[in-house]
Amino acid sequence: MSAADFRKLADLFPDEAVTHSYVQDIELPAAAGKPSPGTFALITLDNGFDHSKPTTLGPNTLVELGTVLEGLKDRAARGEIVGVGVTGKPYYLVAGADLSAVKSLNHRDHGLWMAQLGHDVYATLANLGVPSFAFINGVALGGGLEIALQSTYRTVSTGAGALALPEAFLGLVPGWGGVYILPRLIGPENAVKVMIENPLSNNRTLTGPQAFSLGIADAMFEPADFVEQSLAWAADVISGEVAPKRPNAVEPSDPEVAGRWTAAVAAGRAFVEAKTSNASPAPAEVLDIMEANRTMSQTESAALECETLAGLMQTDEFRSTVYAFLDLVQKRSKRPAGAPDRKLARPVTKVGVVGAGLMASQLALLFARQLKVPVVMTDIDQDRVDKGVGYVHAEVDKMLAKKRLSADAANRTKALVTGSVSKAAFADADFVIEAVFEELNVKKQVFAEVEAIVSPECILATNTSSLSVTAMAEDLKHPERLVGFHFFNPVAVMPLLEIVRAPKTDDAVLATAFELAKGLKKTAVLVKDAAAFVVNRILLRLMGEVTAAFDEGTPADVADNALRTMGLPMTPFTLGAMVGLPVAQHVQESLHAAFGDRFSVSQNLQKLIDNGVKSIWALQNGVPEKGPDGKPFIPADTLALLSFGTSPSTGEEVLRRTQDALAEEIGLMLEEGVVAGPEDIDLCMILGAGWPMFLGGITPYLDRVGASERVNGRKFLAPGVASAAVPA
Amino acid sequence: MSQPRHSGEQSSGTHSSGRNRTVRDVVFVDGVRTPFGRAGEKGIYAGTRADDLVVKCIRELMRRNPSLPADRIDEVAVAATTQTGDQGLTIGRTAALLAGLPRTVPGFAVDRMCAGAMTAVTTTASGIAFGAYDVVIAGGVEHMGNHPMGEGADPNPRFMSERLVDPAALNMGNTAENLHDRFPAITKDRTDAYAVASQDKLAAAYGKGQIQPDLVPVATMKPGQGWTVNTVDEPPRPGTSLEDLAALRTPFRPHGRVTAGNAAGLNDGATAALLASAEAAAELGLPVKMRLVSYAFAGVEPEVMGIGPVPATEKALKNAGLDISDIGLFEINEAFAVQVLSFLDHFGIADDDPRVNRYGGAIAVGHPLASSGVRLMNQLARQFEEDPSVRFGMTTMCIGLGMGATVIWENPRHSEYTDYSGAVSPADDTASTDPAITQTEGAAA
Repeated sequence: MSAADFRKLADLFPDEAVTHSYVQDIELPAAAGKPSPGTFALITLDNGFDHSKPTTLGPNTLVELGTVLEGLKDRAARGEIVGVGVTGKPYYLVAGADLSAVKSLNHRDHGLWMAQLGHDVYATLANLGVPSFAFINGVALGGGLEIALQSTYRTVSTGAGALALPEAFLGLVPGWGGVYILPRLIGPENAVKVMIENPLSNNRTLTGPQAFSLGIADAMFEPADFVEQSLAWAADVISGEVAPKRPNAVEPSDPEVAGRWTAAVAAGRAFVEAKTSNASPAPAEVLDIMEANRTMSQTESAALECETLAGLMQTDEFRSTVYAFLDLVQKRSKRPAGAPDRKLARPVTKVGVVGAGLMASQLALLFARQLKVPVVMTDIDQDRVDKGVGYVHAEVDKMLAKKRLSADAANRTKALVTGSVSKAAFADADFVIEAVFEELNVKKQVFAEVEAIVSPECILATNTSSLSVTAMAEDLKHPERLVGFHFFNPVAVMPLLEIVRAPKTDDAVLATAFELAKGLKKTAVLVKDAAAFVVNRILLRLMGEVTAAFDEGTPADVADNALRTMGLPMTPFTLGAMVGLPVAQHVQESLHAAFGDRFSVSQNLQKLIDNGVKSIWALQNGVPEKGPDGKPFIPADTLALLSFGTSPSTGEEVLRRTQDALAEEIGLMLEEGVVAGPEDIDLCMILGAGWPMFLGGITPYLDRVGASERVNGRKFLAPGVASAAVPA
Repeated sequence: MSQPRHSGEQSSGTHSSGRNRTVRDVVFVDGVRTPFGRAGEKGIYAGTRADDLVVKCIRELMRRNPSLPADRIDEVAVAATTQTGDQGLTIGRTAALLAGLPRTVPGFAVDRMCAGAMTAVTTTASGIAFGAYDVVIAGGVEHMGNHPMGEGADPNPRFMSERLVDPAALNMGNTAENLHDRFPAITKDRTDAYAVASQDKLAAAYGKGQIQPDLVPVATMKPGQGWTVNTVDEPPRPGTSLEDLAALRTPFRPHGRVTAGNAAGLNDGATAALLASAEAAAELGLPVKMRLVSYAFAGVEPEVMGIGPVPATEKALKNAGLDISDIGLFEINEAFAVQVLSFLDHFGIADDDPRVNRYGGAIAVGHPLASSGVRLMNQLARQFEEDPSVRFGMTTMCIGLGMGATVIWENPRHSEYTDYSGAVSPADDTASTDPAITQTEGAAA
């Protein structure tokens, strides 16, 4: 076949932002005293936009690249060129397949064509009759990195970042040859690391030097003259002056390699199970293909890759991931729904933190590090203040020791954070946030004291997770200045910030809060003042259902594992122990007070709290301890505290009950106007709770399993948003 | 044949520092340049930054001289006539940082218009001689596409009101026409013939591979075309005939003599050279391509700036204790053919003297203002290598606002050349304070 045979596919995408393949003939430099090895055709992949618009591979792009490569193959056959190179516009080789385009391929056949088109084009690259070279100058993701893998040789820039095969994360497989070539090139263990472990570890990517040390590239050059040096190296390879060594490359038929291969696949499967409970099909399919293709030809593997890709492209796990990754995390997070005009924002040049406990100290550190403005912490006595400031200084020293901060930056950050026993230190602050005990009257008293000192414009913020911001504002002289600023633990790591608007919060205050969030490198979502806002309300509804089932007599392991097919980061009991049972119970009580029996307060949990028990499961180093049968267990003295009902549920029943509860709760939240739409719920669950993208956060999952329609009579999202556009 | 005065003779006993100080020999280790481009939207460097051109040169110098530790570079002097935008921000320092040299390596910017790179060389060479530096990088850049001549200039009105400088003298083409007026014997026929010869000599040098070894390949990317690599000069028009030149208009005067064909064009390009003390070169195993003998700058009437090389050369010869007949090779910048011919006429050298511009000159290869000085040196160094019979050579150029610059160099391959650095005790780092090292009288006898 030729690339032109796929015009029918390309024609489905008349609006594709095409990445063009521009060819320049280059006379290769000669080694000293020798003639030039000949003419080299260098392809530049360029969509004509600057670095803010990454180059991607859509059907039209691939047809053009394939057609160009076919022309070069003819020229090679005529002896006109001695090699072909591929590189990209500045900062990009290619950022991978055009995911929006792939997501919209609603027919299996179209997906299959897309997979086959890639293979057709890359096969031409790999069989030009002359050596091919990829000069990896920048970002090379998925199909972009596979262009490099399909080339005969590769160079990489020390300045290149974001090299990865993220398909397992996206819900696909590296099925344009990556899954075949990579284990052979860098060894099966490294391949599993790149294709499985990195994608499933927050979609981690490789730098140029890391890729080079793994053996993905044969040579590495600095960015200042990367293209020139890559060409000089290519000339040396073509003329035989240089023969690349590939110490990590393996021969799959070697029996020793076969053993390593099997072990690497098994290790990968264990990793996938631990990370995702196999809730999404893609990672296992990557390993299935890798396992099978050890004894296959590349052509046989290609057929398997195409079939697998065609199948995965039609899964809602893939579509949900693209929705979550592109539409939410990359796009919606940058334009928060409902945020006022940023021009209204006021500068924040000094921050006050009321309290010097652990949460307050984490906040002080974050503000000082990211905003680089003075931060003053207060507490009721000097010891507490000293402890809080001491915590911040110790954390800064740890970052210094890990070289995450320079000595000067460490000095600067430490000097920014001071403490005082007097709130008078807040007099010239523009923003004061409280992180004191979760008790309405305590917080109201704190704000009354602060308001007596600060300027009328100073913004007051509360980090409450469950109290009413509206009630907190009631007795303020300037209630319009109060805003909820709800962080997630650990503050430095979790990317979400729920910004809570109370009825009187004014636009300038809100705009400042959003600008502040940006300065803190957090993704802010605007929420209405409603008990527990978004993330905690959903988490506690979920935990409440599972705990209720447990209390009713469902065996602990059945209840706690009932949601495994959702692939959540941890089980409900583990989450409860991590949050702290008293904290969880406190929020649950607030929710019960606000919403009644939808949030049931477990008497069993209360007994554990009253007796100082920190977890249902026996814990070891903070995680459930494994009993003799390899499973978590409840210690006898914990069990003695508990009493159970006589109506146990099956795991399926607990799952369905939880799905329905979540659909109900989210339906109500949207009715109440807690957030602008289901997309914000999903963004919150992804960034605040670490819920997986293959669930699309949560609403695509609830739509997919039918819970939305069972409970609310309709789906949360329109067809095509995170599912097939036309119902199959 | 007269003998040059050597720097060693100039050592003096008393300095403000209160200690004996000797003047050290300065050697030209290596030099490179980018291929030159035609300025403007269609030129090879349209869309490429000037500082990036300098960076390519510095990196190539480091690659070609692997025995030089980067932290031994004591200074990076880079010239540019227009020091704004991509040629601003103290380009010697920014280029050093962008080239990946250690942050401990300082840099500065130089401006003497066309003689920028030449001044970067003489200034840092003086620093080497004085003992302030061991190794330096000196070069220049001009992206005349990004920075048209005179960009942002604001001449003082007193130039005109007090008749200090004829405003017409700010336009170099006019000064070239003025030179024709002063020397009626230099006709348009002669300048055109000289220009044709320049094109022919450059084409021949390219054919023999004499130009390419000192060129740095420069990759550039243009919209809708992708990356390419530039490895040869863009300005040359090989095969230019007298008839072709006769047809060109004379933009500076109706029925004038100066045309685009017998003058250098508007160009983009960068150069860089590595200079060292003779001792440091020996210590670091760096090659010596030339040794600095003397240099001089001189001022002339701005209205005839092209005559500047004449007094500069006389001064440099006097400083060196040499006569014009001692100079076996001339690399004279060809801003205008008339300016070269005025120099040759003054010294009684024939228009086609084989000692002059063997590889052709700026009329063919181009003249990105502040970069050109090092191009002359690169070419002289290569000619020294080809021709050990030549002992002394000269690089010289005219400069806007009425100046000339001349640097005289000695060929280390010549039989009478004495490697003064041979006296250095390699293990002795303090050797440079020993006056004996540069006591050179008689050594060259």
